[in-house]
Amino acid sequence: MRSDSQGDLRRTLSYFFLHCSLHGRYHELAPHLVPMDYTNDPDVKIPLALIVNMPELKENPFRNRIVESFSEDGQGNLSFNDFVDMFSVLSEMAPRELKAIFAFKIYVHSFRGYFNVDNYICNEDLEKTLNKLTKEELTPEEVNLVCEKAIEEADLDGDNKLSFADFENMISRAPDFLR
Amino acid sequence: MYLIYNMKYYVFNRFILKCIDNIFPIFSVDSKRRAKGRNKPKPAARGKKAKPADSVEESEEEEEEEAPRKRKGRKKKEESEEESEEEQRGRRKKAAGTKKKKAAAKDDSEEESEEEKGNKRRGGKKGANKKEKEEENNKEKKGNDDNSEDESMSEGEMARLKEDVEEKKKLIATLRNKPWRMKRRLKCLKEAQAFVEKFEGALGKGKGRRLYAFKVMMTKKIIKFNRDFENFKTACIPWESRIKEVESHFGSSVASYFIFLRWMYGLNLVLFGFVFGLVVIPEVRCDANLNFFCIFSGYCKYSIMFYGYYNYQRSIGLLQFRLPLSYLLVGLGIFGYSLMVVIRTMARNANEGGDGAEDGAFTFCWKLFTSWDFLIGNPETADNKFASTTTSFKESIVDEQENLKDENIHLQRFLRVLANLLILCCLGGSGYLIYYVVKRSQEFAKKDRNELSWLQKNEVEIVMSLLGLVCPPLFEVIAELENYHPRIALKWQLGRIFALFLGNLYTFLFALFDEVNAKLENEKEIKNETIWALKEYYANYTLYHNVTENIPPPNISPADVIRGPCWETEVGIVSFTVTFISVLSFTHICVCVFVFLQPSYAEFDISGNVLGLIFNQGMIWMGAFYAPGLVGVNVLRLLSSMYYQCWAVMACNVPHERVFKASRSNNFYMGLLLLVLFLSLMPVVYTIMTLPPSFDCGPFSGKDQMYDVIMETIEKDLPPFMADIFSYASNPGLIMPAVLLMVLAIYYLNAVSKAYQNANMDLKRKMQMQRDEEKNRRNNKDSTNQVMKDLEDLLPNKSLIPPPSAEETEKPADQLSKSPKVTGKPGAAATGKGVHVQKDVSLAAANPRAPVTRPPGPRPPGPLPGNARGPPPGQGMGRGRGGPPPRR
Repeated sequence: MRSDSQGDLRRTLSYFFLHCSLHGRYHELAPHLVPMDYTNDPDVKIPLALIVNMPELKENPFRNRIVESFSEDGQGNLSFNDFVDMFSVLSEMAPRELKAIFAFKIYVHSFRGYFNVDNYICNEDLEKTLNKLTKEELTPEEVNLVCEKAIEEADLDGDNKLSFADFENMISRAPDFLR
Repeated sequence: MYLIYNMKYYVFNRFILKCIDNIFPIFSVDSKRRAKGRNKPKPAARGKKAKPADSVEESEEEEEEEAPRKRKGRKKKEESEEESEEEQRGRRKKAAGTKKKKAAAKDDSEEESEEEKGNKRRGGKKGANKKEKEEENNKEKKGNDDNSEDESMSEGEMARLKEDVEEKKKLIATLRNKPWRMKRRLKCLKEAQAFVEKFEGALGKGKGRRLYAFKVMMTKKIIKFNRDFENFKTACIPWESRIKEVESHFGSSVASYFIFLRWMYGLNLVLFGFVFGLVVIPEVRCDANLNFFCIFSGYCKYSIMFYGYYNYQRSIGLLQFRLPLSYLLVGLGIFGYSLMVVIRTMARNANEGGDGAEDGAFTFCWKLFTSWDFLIGNPETADNKFASTTTSFKESIVDEQENLKDENIHLQRFLRVLANLLILCCLGGSGYLIYYVVKRSQEFAKKDRNELSWLQKNEVEIVMSLLGLVCPPLFEVIAELENYHPRIALKWQLGRIFALFLGNLYTFLFALFDEVNAKLENEKEIKNETIWALKEYYANYTLYHNVTENIPPPNISPADVIRGPCWETEVGIVSFTVTFISVLSFTHICVCVFVFLQPSYAEFDISGNVLGLIFNQGMIWMGAFYAPGLVGVNVLRLLSSMYYQCWAVMACNVPHERVFKASRSNNFYMGLLLLVLFLSLMPVVYTIMTLPPSFDCGPFSGKDQMYDVIMETIEKDLPPFMADIFSYASNPGLIMPAVLLMVLAIYYLNAVSKAYQNANMDLKRKMQMQRDEEKNRRNNKDSTNQVMKDLEDLLPNKSLIPPPSAEETEKPADQLSKSPKVTGKPGAAATGKGVHVQKDVSLAAANPRAPVTRPPGPRPPGPLPGNARGPPPGQGMGRGRGGPPPRR
């Protein structure tokens, strides 16, 4: 059906692309761990500590959560697949809905299942988020107040937790979300 | 969480995404190979992949294809699959073409449902994996026998197949939007592509194969080209990386300025194209006879830059280019185009922005979830952001706790009034100062130019620039009194500086008009003198040479001709100077102050810069008619200012203390720009319509009015019926109804939009009401809904309902890990029932027994009370209620 030279070309090209873009970045993170040659199908994962040091994530208070929520094992070890996944979701081009889903995932601190709309953001999650956001400079009373208010505002079904529907409803109206 | 996860540029920009796009197919090939490696031990794995669970026929057909291939051996297959990706894309496109009728019919409406289907299938497949595998193993053996049936598919099968293929294609197209892991996505992609490849191949078999191959090749090429083109387009967005860098350091507010600057540059580039293409270049090409003006009088007064340079000849060059007409039309077209672009941009921004306001329904939530700016990549900025987030939280908390700060609010009001008074004084003072200076400069103008010092000559411009330099910081200091949120403060600041500039602009304009009028008087005299001199010359010539015809024009060197003052050029020069000086003040003073003196680092002055830009653009619009070169100069200015300011902001500024977010599409800037555009439009149109053009310079010399050019064109160049049409069209009897019609249309549209708005508000209110009702129902359900409870007690399947004991001692809010699927439905059902009954019984006394509304779920992770029999049903809390009762 096709000649071998074409196959070679494809392989070279694939190498080229892998080198020049995302895989380059991935490789950069841990040159000793990541091979440039995938022919032998190595099972490569980069640990959370290395990923978090990327300049894009370094200052982000949610960096650990972000990486964790994209890692398949939930521990923050990213395979290249997960890495590409993360980039594609965090890019400007990703659709709003997708971003909302992953935002939800990041804010639910103990997320169960890869994508399961039946997870909830509960009070504890809110507290954690808030503390990360303010570097724990608010007093516990203030934290409580804020969490309560937040739940009161966004909780549509009155179960004192934010389901994904609540979250999406709220976040899609935010003036600062994805503009 | 501004732009949720739009982190820094060089990672998440589109370009990279395109790269992802690029590697995606390849990458999938790569991992396909990997997957194959894993799957080797199981021979049936491949067949399983490509098959939807529900169609046996399909799977059979697949096998027919599958089996022979497998025989070829792994190695070959790997090779072939590498290309299959690309090919499928091609074929997909092609088939989309051939089956357009079908696709069109179901196109959009089905997209979602098809996704769902896809999901289901996949879900189903997973479950059925094992069974299928066995089946397939069997089939594989069978499959070898019935290769021959390949060609003979019935119509119905064909149709079904087509549908399936379409479905798969859609899946491939929308794959990126699915919230799946990359692995799953790759798998799906592979499956879908394999499927599509196979059956498209099958479908395409009957027809000419060569043609098919050719088409596939072409589509491949086209796709590749498109992709490259997209890449190219994104790479062509100028300064994207620079702006992103600034954004990551200083937050979006500063970046919004640069985005605005870039937009402005684009606009000016287009205007520049107009002016140079339609006015300057024709003139330059055909003006051999007029070149001397350039050398004339030492400096650039009569250069291509200014009105006075242009020739009044009706048509020039081989093409009979009507220069004066084109000059007028371009002058007006600049305004037309700018207006159109500004308004279109505003409308688009308004559309995509929606109304962010939403009257603070989610203050805390938004603060909590969206306040982090994911673009921040600089530790300093991050610290500031933390601080500002904390402050904003504290602010809202304080607001929440005490909605009215009585003792403060009076002071606040007083301070705000005071600040506004001060600023008004400043504005008035600066207005007067400018007026005074302009008056003085008119007096100077009457004197001999050589006596005046440079300072006296340029007094107006210097004073204006100084005011522009001094006032904004002063306003900022005064604005400290007001204590607004920085975003609001920025708008106030913008408004004030705008007023300052505007006042300056208009006092300046009125002074200029005085000057122009004086020039016009002067010009009349010179005109009379010239005419008289010419007459005398002709008379003398006739006298001496006795010829009455073919008298050569007077032989005077151009330098000796008495020339009128040419007020248009004068105006052009003034606006040129103002622009130029503002450039100087922008760049040089900044450089001097920031780089050489090195004071403490300042914040980037957004308002000042934005207004400088807008004001400057106003000057350009106003001056462009009188000095076509101004646009070109402005393009250069903006270009340099982009590079310079990007550098300066990174080098000499610190991030704002209170980093705040500005949306990328800033309609406030646009609104100001529109206002300025309108204001600068008026004087120009006024001069065009009323003032007579200079008699001896410019493209309109010799005409009574500038717009006579149009009349002339209509009379001489257009066929007579056009002239008729125009004369009818300009009839007041026609214009008045047209205006009336427009007014009516506007009124109608306005009314419609109001109605929509009302409807919107109504819906919003309804939603709010519903929400509140729901909440109340939830909260009150347990205590009020007695009938429900009684009913539930009587339900036969009560055994399904767990003894409430287990969960009830636990705080429901802490129950993180209960299975939500289980909890969701019964709750909803309960509310559904509750709807009818609740109202009647809402006043009933609280029933001690809790309703049991949920089937058992998995246990919460926390320590559970071990006993099966907890407290009696009444005292605990039902799970559905969850947590402490909400306030209110």
